[in-house]
Amino acid sequence: MATVDIRNVRKSYGPVEAIKGIDVAVQDGEFLVLLGPSGCGKSTLLRMVAGLEGITGGEIAIGGRVVNGLDPKDRDIAMVFQNYALYPHMSVFDNMAYGLKIRGIPKPEIQSRVAKAAEILELGRFLDRRPSQLSGGQRQRVAMGRAIVREPSAFLFDEPLSNLDAKLRTQMRVEIKRLQDRLGITSLYVTHDQVEAMTLADRILVMNHGVAEQIGTPLEVYQRPASLFVAGFIGSPPMNVLDGRIDPAGAAIAMPGGAVLPLAAPRAADAGRAVKLGIRPEHLALTAADAPGASSIQVELVEALGADTVVYGRLPDGESLVVRMAGLPACREGDRLTVAPQPGALHLFDADGGRRLAEA
Amino acid sequence: MQRRVIFDNKLLPYLLLAPQVAVTLVFFIWPAAQAIWQSVHIQDAFGLRSEFVWFENFEVILRDPNYIETLKTTAIFSVSVTVLSLGVALLLAVLADSKIKGARAYKTLLIWPYALAPAVAAVLWMFIFNPEIGSLGQLLNRLGLDWDYRLNGTQAMIMVILAASWKQVAYNFIFFLAGLQAIPRSVMEAASIDGAGPVRRFWTITFPLLSPTTFFLLVVDMVYAFFETFGTIHALTHGGPGKSTETLIFRVYQDGVVNNDLGASSAQSVILMVIVIALTAVQFRFVERKVHYA
Ligand SMILES: Nc1ncnc2c1ncn2[C@@H]1O[C@H](COP(=O)(O)OP(=O)(O)O)[C@@H](O)[C@H]1O
Ligand SMILES: [Mg+2]
Repeated sequence: MATVDIRNVRKSYGPVEAIKGIDVAVQDGEFLVLLGPSGCGKSTLLRMVAGLEGITGGEIAIGGRVVNGLDPKDRDIAMVFQNYALYPHMSVFDNMAYGLKIRGIPKPEIQSRVAKAAEILELGRFLDRRPSQLSGGQRQRVAMGRAIVREPSAFLFDEPLSNLDAKLRTQMRVEIKRLQDRLGITSLYVTHDQVEAMTLADRILVMNHGVAEQIGTPLEVYQRPASLFVAGFIGSPPMNVLDGRIDPAGAAIAMPGGAVLPLAAPRAADAGRAVKLGIRPEHLALTAADAPGASSIQVELVEALGADTVVYGRLPDGESLVVRMAGLPACREGDRLTVAPQPGALHLFDADGGRRLAEA
Repeated sequence: MQRRVIFDNKLLPYLLLAPQVAVTLVFFIWPAAQAIWQSVHIQDAFGLRSEFVWFENFEVILRDPNYIETLKTTAIFSVSVTVLSLGVALLLAVLADSKIKGARAYKTLLIWPYALAPAVAAVLWMFIFNPEIGSLGQLLNRLGLDWDYRLNGTQAMIMVILAASWKQVAYNFIFFLAGLQAIPRSVMEAASIDGAGPVRRFWTITFPLLSPTTFFLLVVDMVYAFFETFGTIHALTHGGPGKSTETLIFRVYQDGVVNNDLGASSAQSVILMVIVIALTAVQFRFVERKVHYA
C-alpha cells in the first residue's frame, strides 16, 4: 500500500507535448480514475507511473520514493492491460505465478497465493488452461489475478474493460470495485467511459489535451464541473450550453431568445458579463408559460428509454435544448413545451476560456 | 474449420490442379523414379547397356570408408550451418526489433545476401579469405595463423560453413523479424513489470513464442544445408582440399557427372533423399511437440 504522488509531470514526444504538467496526490488506498477522450494522454500518464515511458519533466513518487529513474520491476506496481497481455504459451497458473517465481518467492507460498487469487476470481477450474482456451471475461480475470498475487503497492489499469461486451463490462466493473474495496490497494484506472469513472472512482481526474481539467469526487465533478469541457464530458445526454449575458443588476441572465433566467445568488461583480450557461437536461422541468425563466421549445425528437424520456427540442432563436424527464413520454414530435431550469441548477462559465465562474 | 468449395463442373478441379501435378511429376517424381531405377543397375562404360544388380551399388557405397567420411563431413557441415545461421539471424532480428536508429536501412541491408547468386557470393568470400589478396586472409597470416584454406581442410571447412550460413542468415532473419513483430508489445511490458530483465524476457517469453518460426526454419535450413549448398562449395573449394569439404550432395555430382558412375551416384541420391525425409520426420515428430502454438 502506498501513496502515488505525481508532481508537475510532463511528457514530450519530440516537439509534441502529450502531458503538459499534471499534479495529483493519490492517497493510500484511493481509487483514482483518469478520465478523458481518446488521445488526451491518459495512457501516457499511467505508463509513466508504471515506468514504461520515460518522464520528460516533473517527478513521480510511489510510497514516498521518487521512481523517475527506476525500472518497472523496481516500482512495486502491477498493471492490467486493455488486451490483457497474458503470456500465451503459459497456463493460467503460470501466468499468475510468473512474477512470483522471478521474485524468488518459495513454491508453497506461490501455490497458496495463486490458489487464493483463483478462488476470489473464480478461476480455480481453469488453472491448467492456456489463455487461448478462455473467454474474454475469463482472460480479464486472469490479468487481474496476475496483478493481485503480486500484492503490489499500487494497481494500474489501462482501459481493462474496453474489450468486453456491454453486459460483461458492467459485471466486471462491479467485481473490480468489490475487489478494490476488499484489498484496499491504491489504484490508478484509465478509462474513457464516464459510467466506469463515476461508479468506480473515489476521485476522478478529468483530462483533456494533456492537462488536468478537474480533480474531484464523482459528485463534485458532476455537480460543479470546473470547465465547459468537463461539463460536456460528464453526464448523458451532455449538458446544454447556451450563450447568455448577466444583466446590469447582476441578478439574472438575459438569453438571446428573450428569456430571462433569475440567478439563485446575485452576482453584482459580474454585471454585464457575457457567459456560457450550462443546464443539465435532467435539471429542466415543464412549467407554466409565465413562470420565471420559462422558455418555449419545439419538440424535434423524443427518445423513450423506459425509466425516463429524453426530449430534443429547439428554442425560438434556433438553439437546441435537450430535456430529460422521468417516466414515459408526455409529448410528441412537433409539440410545443414550456420548460424552465430548476432553481440553483445553472452552471456559469467564462465565455472565453470556458472556466467555471467563481461562486457568488 | 473446414471450408469446401463447390464446383459445378466435375472436370474443373482436376484442370486447376493439373499444372501443379505436372510440375511435380516432371521435376520430382520422374527424376526420383529414375534415380531409384538407376540405383539398382550398373551401366557399362559407354552407357549402352545396364544390368540389374539389386542393392550392389548401395553395398559398395556403404562399405566405402570414403563415403562414411563424407557422411561425417556432411553432418558437421549441416549442423554447423543450421545452428550458425539460426543463431546469428535470431540475434540480428532481436537487435533490429529493438528501437535502434536506422533500423529500416539495416533491415534492407540484411536481406540483400539472400538475393545474391551462390557463385557471386563465393567470389566475395574468396576475396575476403584468399591468403594473398583477401583482406581477412592477409590479416590472419600477419597474425601468424598460417591461413590457407586451399591447403588446410579445417580452414576450408570453416570458410564454406561461413559462406553457406551467411546466405541463409538473410532468409532466417526475415522470418525471425516477422515473428518478433507478431509478439504484442504489451506482453513484453507485462513481463518487465512482473520483474523480468531483458535476458529472462528473451528466454521465457520471446524464445518460446518464436518456437513455431524456429521450428520451421530448422527444417528449411537443414534441407538447405543438405541440398542447396552445392553451388557454394563448388565455387569455393571444389570439395577440397582432398575431400575435406566434400558433402553428400557434392559427391553425388562428383560421382555422377565427373566420374560418370551413374549407378553409384543414383544410389547416393536415394540415400540422401531417405536421410532428409527421415530428418524431417524426426523433427516433426519430436521437436514440434515442444513447440508452443499460441
Ligand atoms: N510513442 C509515441 N510517439 C509519439 N506520440 C505518441 C506516442 N504515444 C502516444 N503519443 C501521443 O500522445 C497523445 C496521448 O496518447 P495516449 O496517452 O495514448 O492517449 P489516451 O490513452 O488518452 O487515448 C496522443 O496524441 C498520441 O498520439
Ligand atoms: Mg489509451
